[in-house]
Amino acid sequence: MPTVTMTVNERQVSGEVEGRTLLVQFLREHLNLTGTHVGCDTSQCGACVVHLNGDSVKSCTILAVQANGGKVTTIEGLASGDALHPMQEAFHEHHGLQCGFCTPGMVMSAVDLLSKNAKPSEKEIREWLEGNICRCTGYHNIVNAISHAAQQGDAA
Amino acid sequence: MPDGSVGQAVKRREDRRFLTGKGRYVDDIHRPGELTAVFVRSPHAHATVKSVHIDAAMASPGVIDVFVGADMEQDSIGSLPCGWTVTDRHGEPHKSPPHFPLVRDKARYVGDHIAVVLAETLEQARDGAELVEVDYDELPANVEIVKAVGGPPLHEEAPDNLCYDWVLGDEAAVDEAFAKAHHITKLDLVNNRLIPNPMEPRAAIAEYDGGLDSYTLWSTSQNPHLLRLILSAFVTGIPETKLRIIAPDIGGGFGSKIYCYAEETVCLWASKRVGRPVRWTSDRSESFLADAHGRDHVTHVELAMNETGEFIGLKVATRANMGAYLSSFASSIPTYFYATLLAGQYRTPAIFCNVKAVFTNTAPVDAYRGAGRSEATYPLERIVEVAARELGMDPAEIRRKNFIRPDQFPYNTPVALTYDIGNYEASLDEAMRMINYRGFSGRKAESQARGKLRGIGFSAYIEACGIAPSSVVGSLGAGVGMWETAQVRFNATGTVSVLTGSHAHGQGHETTFSQIVSDTLGVPMENVEIVHGDTGQIPMAMGTYGSRSLAVGGSAIMRACGKIIDKGKKIAAHLLEASVEDIEFKDGNFTVAGTDRSKSMAEVAFTAYVPHNYPEDLEPGLDETAFYDPLNFTYPAGTHICEVEIDPETGVTEILDWVAVDDFGKVINPLIVEGQVHGGVAQGVGQAMLEHGIYDSGSGQLLTGSYMDYCMPRADDLPSFKVGMIETACAHNPLGVKGCGEVGAIAAPPALINAITDALGIMHLEMPATPEKVWRLAQTAAAE
Repeated sequence: MPTVTMTVNERQVSGEVEGRTLLVQFLREHLNLTGTHVGCDTSQCGACVVHLNGDSVKSCTILAVQANGGKVTTIEGLASGDALHPMQEAFHEHHGLQCGFCTPGMVMSAVDLLSKNAKPSEKEIREWLEGNICRCTGYHNIVNAISHAAQQGDAA
Repeated sequence: MPDGSVGQAVKRREDRRFLTGKGRYVDDIHRPGELTAVFVRSPHAHATVKSVHIDAAMASPGVIDVFVGADMEQDSIGSLPCGWTVTDRHGEPHKSPPHFPLVRDKARYVGDHIAVVLAETLEQARDGAELVEVDYDELPANVEIVKAVGGPPLHEEAPDNLCYDWVLGDEAAVDEAFAKAHHITKLDLVNNRLIPNPMEPRAAIAEYDGGLDSYTLWSTSQNPHLLRLILSAFVTGIPETKLRIIAPDIGGGFGSKIYCYAEETVCLWASKRVGRPVRWTSDRSESFLADAHGRDHVTHVELAMNETGEFIGLKVATRANMGAYLSSFASSIPTYFYATLLAGQYRTPAIFCNVKAVFTNTAPVDAYRGAGRSEATYPLERIVEVAARELGMDPAEIRRKNFIRPDQFPYNTPVALTYDIGNYEASLDEAMRMINYRGFSGRKAESQARGKLRGIGFSAYIEACGIAPSSVVGSLGAGVGMWETAQVRFNATGTVSVLTGSHAHGQGHETTFSQIVSDTLGVPMENVEIVHGDTGQIPMAMGTYGSRSLAVGGSAIMRACGKIIDKGKKIAAHLLEASVEDIEFKDGNFTVAGTDRSKSMAEVAFTAYVPHNYPEDLEPGLDETAFYDPLNFTYPAGTHICEVEIDPETGVTEILDWVAVDDFGKVINPLIVEGQVHGGVAQGVGQAMLEHGIYDSGSGQLLTGSYMDYCMPRADDLPSFKVGMIETACAHNPLGVKGCGEVGAIAAPPALINAITDALGIMHLEMPATPEKVWRLAQTAAAE
């Protein structure tokens, strides 16, 4: 079985995986980073979004071996110590989450949006979230949270 | 002063763990030595299972065992029951054919459970499942409601596929009203099948402890105690004392996680059979196939009016799809949660409803957010709209004319409910103000100038929730009581554990319930811990469904807090050398009336556990349990109005504005309540414009079995919502609350279809109003 090595949340990790092992399986099952979720099997729901080399990716659509040598950030790596990342703070402040299952993917996706477009319009936020499904919030407060985070700055 | 003030938009306490990836869902949990289960499912809608060959699968690497229905039969595992007996129009109980966790004779829908493969890893279990060979004899299948009666029979117990033929209301009175009607409006409509799709797929882990002869089941359940009751009393025979069910963080339910399902039952049984923990997590495809679906009605409705447009009679005939088997509460949804709501907000004096429930070769259908009440609101608010158009009346005015007036409460409807309180005109007026109804014609003209079609749609809904008085539901056929439990347990240091039967899976109970306890007992919120979702910790409970958590579960908490205060007064009186009658409790302090002598709640709690100086006749401890059985349903009601613009060239409908004005009674946390409204409306918009569970009528295959085919609402399908509220406090529970979780899904579908048909200048179109459908109608309208 191939061995993969990568940096996850600023920690060097490695493990033996099958060729078919997905990045999300490697994160959840090998590293016990269960904050990244699996909500579908067709790469649509976005619950599994993480950052790979600075870009948001669906970790259910990438093989662990494809991430070999890469730099991965998961929801567990976003806060610094006890201080929440400004995007996490904005989701809390504006009630951008209910059941919490889509939340890690939403937050990771939103952080990447602001890194690429610091001041998105409401329409741009809604279009960016096309790959993240939430069944609880009706998106209203998620969009609100991301708008506010953008206005505050430093949430990219 | 306590920091959790009732009525304030307190930020949620549960957020931090979810935002940092530390939520703990069932699939995040692992048990030592666990095996993974994969189900072999029927690829056929209807087929006799002649034989199942497991040898090749058993020989596959990592496979430990493979089981079929006969193995469970050998261990006397029973049928998954339906917990509500509906009595039909002839006085007979509904047809209740068996529903075995693994089939014993034939498969009745695509996705039905044929066998289970247990292996060391998920991949090995999947590989093993591929090697199970099933010999099927295909049978004719039917997936359509209208072809069910007289179609290929699914069950010996129901040869004509009729589960029940049920009626409610006074048919003679309705006939009389129709005979003297000035105008009758008629409508045929379909309530489209929905697939619930909480973002977390169902999952289960079962572990058997041979030493204690007991089981633990981690399950994605909205109501772990109810699940335990069903599994113990009806399915496995495992005593409740030997079965602990834990429902940890759950990623949404919307009704679909109420039920006792085949998969968790199989895991539970197999964990003893193989002597190792057994885990199963649904993938999304399985969730489409085998979660209980929602809605799926075909309805004919007629409304009779007098000369002035007053409603004098309503007649409804509905055929409801039960699917292939009866899910846990399936029978009650198109009856007692449906026909009882057909009065809506109106004074219609005579109503009659007939419901025929049928079996088809589709997944079981049960409650989904708004269950029954959404299905009732849709035909009612559609026919009122069509009636207004036929009579040339304003849609607001026809509603206003027929509303039950504030001075008429309590109001007995002709369909068995007593509304306690409401003010329907107030919510209509506020919604019309918020959307600037007067300005609509100008906006419509402006759209028209741009070649666009603009429409406005009303929905004045009511629902019955806070379910429900046990004696009432018992008399209607429910197999369980519908009270709720709470235990308020002080610790010696003054902190409080609140054990509640109301499970939270997104609703924010940890915050709302803490606010109530904090305010009532004068304890800071950070000293209050809400515990839910574990039958090993919490007294017998009934769980979360029908928007009952605050109205019923919250009321139980209030009652337990009252007992704490009563006992605290006795302890404080002793400490203060005063009589109990003279002790007043306020803001966390027990004070001798008219003096400044007082003891804090923390001092009293400490004394209760270190009772060195203590009343002689009083038990130590400060730990009170209460059970609350509601006196009536609660009746949230309100008006939603939406405005849409259609591009006739593309058929795309854009929702320009959405106003929701709801009466939830007292609001504990407006932030959370508004979030519930947003989410409910989004699901209602999904039903009206995007979502439709479709089976192929020839093959019986589910055509909408993934997110590629079943259109979930995305962020760019929805607008921002404007939420307003009016308040008439519920007259019969201690919090004055009504419930808010389902109203959006109830109010939204007719509001949208009313708006879209208004824009197109037509009377009706079936949900979902997809761009293709809308485009065709727009083209036809343009051609005329």
